[in-house]
Amino acid sequence: MTLPLTPSQTIGPFLAIGLPWPDGPYVVPEGTAGAITIGGTVRDGAGEPVTDAMIETWQADPDGRFAHPDDPRGGGTGGFRGFGRCPTDAAGRYRFITLRPGRLPSRHAGWEAPHLDVSVFARGLLDRLVTRIYFSDEQEANAADPALTAIADPARRATLIATAGDAPGEFRFDIRLQGEGEHGAGETVFFDI
Amino acid sequence: MTTHPLLAPGGIVLPSYRRPPEGVHPPLDTPAYRSTVLRVPKRPLVLLEQGLTEVTGPLLGEEQPVPEDADLTTRHAGEPVGERIIVTGRVQDCNGRAVPDTLVEIWQANAAGRYAHGIDHHPAPLDPNFDGAGRCMTDAEGRYRFVTIKPGAYPWGNHPNAWRPAHIHFSLFGRAFTQRLITQMYFPGDPLFGYDPIFNSVPDPSARERMISRLDLSLTEPDWALGFAWDIVLRGREATVFEQEEERW
Repeated sequence: MTLPLTPSQTIGPFLAIGLPWPDGPYVVPEGTAGAITIGGTVRDGAGEPVTDAMIETWQADPDGRFAHPDDPRGGGTGGFRGFGRCPTDAAGRYRFITLRPGRLPSRHAGWEAPHLDVSVFARGLLDRLVTRIYFSDEQEANAADPALTAIADPARRATLIATAGDAPGEFRFDIRLQGEGEHGAGETVFFDI
Repeated sequence: MTTHPLLAPGGIVLPSYRRPPEGVHPPLDTPAYRSTVLRVPKRPLVLLEQGLTEVTGPLLGEEQPVPEDADLTTRHAGEPVGERIIVTGRVQDCNGRAVPDTLVEIWQANAAGRYAHGIDHHPAPLDPNFDGAGRCMTDAEGRYRFVTIKPGAYPWGNHPNAWRPAHIHFSLFGRAFTQRLITQMYFPGDPLFGYDPIFNSVPDPSARERMISRLDLSLTEPDWALGFAWDIVLRGREATVFEQEEERW
């Protein structure tokens, strides 16, 4: 038996009524040992900040495990929520406090580099956009990651990699929903999962 | 921690979630809905094989909503104005399996078609007794239930004389990142359906119908509130050796 799916619709401009959580951006509490911040700006095709988007993240714990029955290696370290939710502010910015995810075994022999899965919801998006955040200081792991290596263009690949900020443990990941020109230059890579 | 038998030597063995068929989800590029024009990617999406991150997802069991979170009519000093309604249904995956213990969040306009949000400038009255947000967890059979007020239609700036049909926004997690869904529930017989580019962004007319709730008198609380039924279907797994495993759920 296969039931037909319920269609997606846009989150609309009024998501702030129901969706923000006070602790949404705090995947771990501020001050947690080893915590990092990941933040950036969401921009549209004109380069303008998108001030009514919502970003969600989902990731493994520092050992690369998930507290979920479908992680065949068993649950992750206790209490790590792994999920973050942050609406963009009046300047189109979002920011999460979390722990660095570990590398993950892939379906094939080999490993996926440490990454976060990202959902982007906004007015004007009739379905979510999915991207991934990788880390600039994981060059060796990134070079062997199946999703990254499948993207031939280094400029496109670079849109998936958070860059280290000025302070230790600070990462920047900007999201460009729509690039410039006919070929969408600078556009973030979005995935069909 | 013992080694799990599904950790195969060639790689990890994981379920896969079926991909949505064409025509169900709206194409991102839907220029009739003007806000899409500068926000949708120009490049095609890149196909990603589902890995551990995609087949797992937040289970969010720790901070259970309280029953009051599912009743939008009783949390203020007075009663909200409008038609009191019950909205209830089942969350299932496309294999017909219930999705239990999953968070359902809703938000909506009040009976006059006004959102309790600073950027809504529709000159319809705010209702001090209605904030328009609700949440609940599905039960063991995947059922959710809200008591609320029927939202009003409202104008928006998409095109001259544009009005949205009455709707309630729904947010669902399922149990895997692949199952995440944000959508809108509509009410039967709304005369605005034919004019709404968001409702009509769904290409398949039968899929559009699946966003419309159904009046169900058996769900009505007599002399109190009308009942509307709306079932939600999320992506499900491919049939594989995992079918026995799935019985755990």
